[in-house]
Amino acid sequence: MSVALAADAGLALLILGLAVWTSIARTAGGAVIGFMAYGLLVALVWVRLAAVDVALTEAALGSGLTGFVLLGAAARLPRDAPAARPGWGLRLAAGVVSAAVAAGLAAVVLLLPVSAPTLAPAATANLPALGLGNPVTGVLIAYRAIDTLLESVVLVLALIGLWSLARDGDWGGRPGALRSADPSPALVLLAQVLPPLGILVGIYLFWTGAIAPGGAFQGGTVLAAMWVLTLVTGLTRPPRVGGRGVRLLLVAGPALFLAIGVAGFWLGGAFLAYPAGYAKPLILAIEAALTLSIAVALGLLLAGPPLAQSGPRA
Amino acid sequence: MTIALTLFTIITVALGVVFFLAGTVGLLRFPDTLTRLHALTKADNLGLGLVVLGLLPQVAWPFGGLKLIAVWLLALLAGATVGPLLGHAAWTQERGREPPP
Amino acid sequence: MSSVTLFGLCGAALVGLGLFGLIVQPGVLRKILAFNLLGSGVLLLFGVIARRGGGVVAGNGSDPVAQALIITALVVAFAATVLAVALLRRLVQETGRDSLDSDG
Repeated sequence: MSVALAADAGLALLILGLAVWTSIARTAGGAVIGFMAYGLLVALVWVRLAAVDVALTEAALGSGLTGFVLLGAAARLPRDAPAARPGWGLRLAAGVVSAAVAAGLAAVVLLLPVSAPTLAPAATANLPALGLGNPVTGVLIAYRAIDTLLESVVLVLALIGLWSLARDGDWGGRPGALRSADPSPALVLLAQVLPPLGILVGIYLFWTGAIAPGGAFQGGTVLAAMWVLTLVTGLTRPPRVGGRGVRLLLVAGPALFLAIGVAGFWLGGAFLAYPAGYAKPLILAIEAALTLSIAVALGLLLAGPPLAQSGPRA
Repeated sequence: MTIALTLFTIITVALGVVFFLAGTVGLLRFPDTLTRLHALTKADNLGLGLVVLGLLPQVAWPFGGLKLIAVWLLALLAGATVGPLLGHAAWTQERGREPPP
Repeated sequence: MSSVTLFGLCGAALVGLGLFGLIVQPGVLRKILAFNLLGSGVLLLFGVIARRGGGVVAGNGSDPVAQALIITALVVAFAATVLAVALLRRLVQETGRDSLDSDG
């Protein structure tokens, strides 16, 4: 057994251990913290699988922001005894079904043919025409552009769903769930020192996405995290959900993407086609607008539904 | 020269790993949250610092090296922030009152 | 056994674990966590399958098509999780409990 394989086996065991911990931890908060550590280790697995773009997304979004949301929910759960667990019959049946599914998938993994059909050569071969060096960005923004367009719309839809959960009286207020009444001085200092650097990192991730791992989603996530840090400490106030400016920012990315996509009918011969020679500047413009919109959407998703100024705190 | 640099890397990274090991042992063996935090910060600050120092000769200068140093500084900043937060929470929870300022 | 296969088996186990938790956990937050475990197991399997193809052909990297799809999936999973948590918080506001049983 080589050293690398031994290290990978250790990594896989740690991940499974943390997954079990997430399932059986006594408190919800403990389970969420287990899940965040789990997400960071899964990001390491993505690095080992040579998928650095995915690793960045998993660490920032899958572990960081998701953990933040879940931790906030865990802190607000009622403290009384949890509901009764299902009877042992159901648990046994669920165990058998789950084990069968896992065993089936494991068998599939072991029986896979050595080399899979792949579109990687085609995706890589046409990158110079787009002026890009990172094939993942090429796939996201050119070959499967409609996926990415819909994905950026999904964030807006999720935000609409979230805002719809507000009470009628709270509509039009500012999201109020994030701000802590008495933030620790250490946290306030971090919220003053870190954002300039974090914003630089966010923009760098978006910019470097054209030639190296990174991109609009990773950069937007870092920007959103910086915004949320200032929201938590009360250094900035969340915008009113009815405000025109914030709504324009939210749809700027998808709208520009869509506009350029529609213009592709005349200029490039198809929906979402880029005219020859202009692909790189158009892609950069779309990515920049997307980064901004994603950052605003993620930040508002974390900030929760609006609250009336005088209303009860959730 | 190259051999000396490689040797430097191996020794410093190994020293860093020792600090991480000590920090982990402390995390597992120390009796309460505050002393465990103490063990963890040692691993973060010194262990990561030594690992970064050891890797500096192996990366492209200046940008690769500066990125590594930035990673260390950010980890220091995160540790310096989270340490007081966790310490405060642990003190309040274990003793049932606010810590002295 | 290669590392890629190892991670594939890990993903399969995660799917099983997540599925089990999704069925038997009584608390809604625990169900959301289990669902996230299940989802990341599926994505891991996807990545492992892609690694066999793209890694061989494109040299160093993993299959970029699969990576792009996984990134999309992660973003959508985050949006779904946020929505589920928001629903849970409304549920706690309305009923004071975090389970889906109607009779308690």
